[in-house]
Amino acid sequence: MGMKKRWHLRHISEAIMKIVMLFSCLIVICSLGAILWTVLSKGIPAFSWEMILQVPQGGYSQGQSGGILNAILGSLYMAGGGTLLSLIISLPIALYLETYLGEVRWADLIRLALDVLWGIPSIVYGIFGFTIMLAIGMRASLLGGIIVLALLELPIMVRAMDEVIRRMPKDLEQAALALGSTRLEVALRIVIRQMMPGIITAILLAFGRGIGDAASVLFTAGYTDRVPTSLLRPAASLPLAIFFQMSTPFPEVQQRAYASALVLTVIVLIISFSSRLLASRLGKFTIK
Amino acid sequence: MDTHIKVRDLNVYYGKRIALKNINLDIPRNQITIIMGPSGCGKTTLLKCFNRFLELVVTSHITGNIWVDSQDIYANDVDVTEVRKRIGLLAQRPYPLPMSIYENVAHGLRIHRMKNGRTEYHDAVQHYLKTAGLWEEVEKRLHEPATSLSIGQQQRLCLARGLAVDPEILLGDEPTSALDPISSQHIEKILLGLKSEYTIVLVTHILRQAKRLADYVIFMYMGEVIEAGQAKDIFENPQEELTIEYLNGIF
Repeated sequence: MGMKKRWHLRHISEAIMKIVMLFSCLIVICSLGAILWTVLSKGIPAFSWEMILQVPQGGYSQGQSGGILNAILGSLYMAGGGTLLSLIISLPIALYLETYLGEVRWADLIRLALDVLWGIPSIVYGIFGFTIMLAIGMRASLLGGIIVLALLELPIMVRAMDEVIRRMPKDLEQAALALGSTRLEVALRIVIRQMMPGIITAILLAFGRGIGDAASVLFTAGYTDRVPTSLLRPAASLPLAIFFQMSTPFPEVQQRAYASALVLTVIVLIISFSSRLLASRLGKFTIK
Repeated sequence: MDTHIKVRDLNVYYGKRIALKNINLDIPRNQITIIMGPSGCGKTTLLKCFNRFLELVVTSHITGNIWVDSQDIYANDVDVTEVRKRIGLLAQRPYPLPMSIYENVAHGLRIHRMKNGRTEYHDAVQHYLKTAGLWEEVEKRLHEPATSLSIGQQQRLCLARGLAVDPEILLGDEPTSALDPISSQHIEKILLGLKSEYTIVLVTHILRQAKRLADYVIFMYMGEVIEAGQAKDIFENPQEELTIEYLNGIF
């Protein structure tokens, strides 16, 4: 019987493809490693507790002493507020797409619109927001930043939710309908529960995009050395802090940019891990 | 015969294709009615007409009438959620809701606001879990996820969940087909016990199951009702050629 392993072309091509796949995966791991390494190795020496406890001192936004508390709080408020606002708008859209428009053309049109919005560069959102704000006589402010981040996060959040909600077993919805539930009850009591882990991931993705974006908040939220206290006053943000610090000619201030990047990365990691934990907790009851 | 569900001139289309042709039936109260026939004959479609699940298929179209007692369930002023509350469904595969065992049974009670206070809920949940023969097995783990149960237990949970909203009719779409023989037997036994209080309509393609459970039999073929009558008559003295062939296992 000729069952011995022989090196046919198909075996060779399989082996090559496997190496290619592995290599691609390695690129991902190495990039993450390299980014973390750069941020850590350059950020830690420049890091001090006063960085996260104080506002900048000695000069507009690129101060060589003091900290970036203004940017940390500004970013948390803006990304947090933007994500919340975006969630309030996204969830109904995602549920509507699934619950009422299951097989209707119009749903595809909405999906297409969201995908196009997703692809629009964030600076365009920024300019758009700025134009609107000028038109209604609003100044660059925390509120402006929150609104533009909400818009920026909206497509990614809806589409991520949409993808999980579409994976909802039809039979599960029918099981709930068979008890005499209305569509709304199915959406609110069953779909959301079943999709909770996916919804949390969607929120996380959107938050990540929001907190990391510099271009959209540049015009809409502005920048300030003060801690944000009012929705109608300008607010600082971490990506812009990094940008301003990095663009100074002073090496000490450039070093501080890495420390700011470290702070931003740590915030994102904390949110990432805690939401994973939350998702797996809430996933206990989901139907496979 | 005391008719509970009356079907007159029922036609169902999926798009242009006709799925049920001119169905006329009288389904007896507090008995087990079995709808049998080869696959694709329209058994499930007919069942779906009874709890208005047919309209979940966008392309479907229905003509004719179905009355539950004197109520036309397709009348314009009928609340579809009320129809589905009164006509429960046990699906082919058990699909527990994404919540605890307890909450699965309590869910229907909550959406229809049928009970007040913890004790009332607890008593009701206990009662229906007992009816479905599941109480002893889950008594100590009521707050665990429903998915921690075996498939057979899940189907009994789905039965308890369906009974909790107090239906008068219970539909079953091959409710034992995903289960092992012991669990199937268990479900059959429970259904036999329930028929004194509920009108039960089951779809099955298992002839032996039909013979074990049926009081009344509907035999369908290619979207039409070929023969309907008392189980004894249909099994022992079928009138139609097609019924005879089916019972003899020719197709």
